[in-house]
Amino acid sequence: MTAEWVFNLYIFVLATFVGYQVISRVPALLHTPLMSGTNAISGISLVASLLAAGSHHRLSEILGFVAVACASINVVGGFLITDRMLRMFRKREPAVQASPPKALGEGKAS
Amino acid sequence: MTPTAVLLSLCYITAAVLFILCLRGLSGPQTARRGLVLGEVGMLIAVVGTLLHREIVTYEWIIAGILVGSTIGVAISAWIPMTKMPERIAFSHAFGGLATALVGVAEYMRESEALTLFKMGALGFETFLGFLTFTGSLMAYGKLQGVITGAPVTWKFQNYLNIGLFFGAIGGVGYIVFLHATGGDHQLMNAIFFGIAGVGLALGVMAVLPIGGADMPVVISLLNSYAGLAACATGFALGSQILIISGALDGSSGLLLSMLMSKAMNRSFANVLFGAFGTALEPGGKGAPQIAKSYNEATVEDAGAVLKASQTVIFVPGYGMAVSQAQHAVRDLAASLERRGVEVKYAIHPVAGRMPGHMNVLLAEANVPYDKLFDLDDINDDFARTDAVIIVGANDVVNPAAKKDPSSPIYGMPVFNVEHSRSVIVLKRSMNPGFSGVENELFFQANTMMVLGDAKKTILSMIGELKEGH
Repeated sequence: MTAEWVFNLYIFVLATFVGYQVISRVPALLHTPLMSGTNAISGISLVASLLAAGSHHRLSEILGFVAVACASINVVGGFLITDRMLRMFRKREPAVQASPPKALGEGKAS
Repeated sequence: MTPTAVLLSLCYITAAVLFILCLRGLSGPQTARRGLVLGEVGMLIAVVGTLLHREIVTYEWIIAGILVGSTIGVAISAWIPMTKMPERIAFSHAFGGLATALVGVAEYMRESEALTLFKMGALGFETFLGFLTFTGSLMAYGKLQGVITGAPVTWKFQNYLNIGLFFGAIGGVGYIVFLHATGGDHQLMNAIFFGIAGVGLALGVMAVLPIGGADMPVVISLLNSYAGLAACATGFALGSQILIISGALDGSSGLLLSMLMSKAMNRSFANVLFGAFGTALEPGGKGAPQIAKSYNEATVEDAGAVLKASQTVIFVPGYGMAVSQAQHAVRDLAASLERRGVEVKYAIHPVAGRMPGHMNVLLAEANVPYDKLFDLDDINDDFARTDAVIIVGANDVVNPAAKKDPSSPIYGMPVFNVEHSRSVIVLKRSMNPGFSGVENELFFQANTMMVLGDAKKTILSMIGELKEGH
């Protein structure tokens, strides 16, 4: 049986590789949304905080509570603010463009 | 494996795939928002799945924590101005670091007896990196916010001390694993564990103190990467694959960004990692006598006259634009130029501002279409064919010394060839070289006009000037 940590190391190496490949395609234009987006994703430590906060151990509960609060700030705040930023990126100024509905369409390929 | 455990694993695999698709969406502005929704769904699946976990027996603290955190998260993201985005990112890295560090401490207190050797090591790293990210990010936040001086704070043997602390902490982790393996003194183990936590806290402060405000893009990216690594270590300690995957995604993103940023400042990555910022930023002009060089101080009218005679204009924004919140004014000036038939572009340096992509977000907020924003390589040849360049609070990224003067601290950094354009209009608060202390030759050149004062006010009066011309 392969030790668990070896298995986890495989996952770590492959995930780093995938992350590097995917993220190297993000243009400089979107580097700030990228940072706040990955920040929201790293709020996945919420999952670990939940386990700590939901245990029977007294100290663990309290530390877990603070951790859950901190991680929730990142998850909720991170996704909301990234969306707020991404909504602002426009290819054409609505006033300049001849066909406003197309320019206002969000996320549609135009 | 119980059916619930299988279900939970399936939830986590789905979440991991959705996270990767979320980042994939960020490869273009048209797909980014759709991608983000996938990431949100992934997070929801992961969290709801976890709540069904058999190890969770009480829910009061969880509900309280989620309510408190979500309220703060919603409040911050709704009200924070875009110019404060670097501060928010630094602050959220602090939260992320604190969360992982506290989870590490909780886990250690709860089941340090039962852990495998590898998990014990991972727990040590998690706690160390978590606390380091926490205080480091708070320091970065303080510097950005101006609570702590933005100038580098240096002292003797700083780097040796920091490196010593770093390896001390690693050694401590190793020693804990050794004690754990040999069933050593539990008291001693606890002491070392909390010692590692303390070193993490201290190192976070000491590693960021010597770094100047202008280097914040690298620091923020690096802290991003540390936060990711801390999450990874948590994953190893808890045997949670979703944490390893998400942490690795976050870590590689931070790593990639810090490499891009250090490349854009012509610093090697090793130079960045070992905190040699202080040496590169020693104020060059401090001891040297101030030579009274002459510059052309121009009025708004002079600048307006130049703009009226121009056919092509390029804006070069910098941190000063964020400080004076001038992005909307810049857009209005560009609009009134365009109404006169002038071709307007924006040149965005990778390290302009205080975080990667800072200028892009501000201009997007002001409704500047992103196809008018150009990277260094794409626009640098255009300056020679440009009538007027308007520099809004940028300094180092337009300093010709980076190309000509090997003694300059920023020598070798890729910069915009603004001096090749017919005339350069510099909007700047004062002739003070700023804390980096690097003199900028550009300001003293014959074709440069210095318009001193608040950038936003200056731009608004320029718009008035252009209107009068009709």
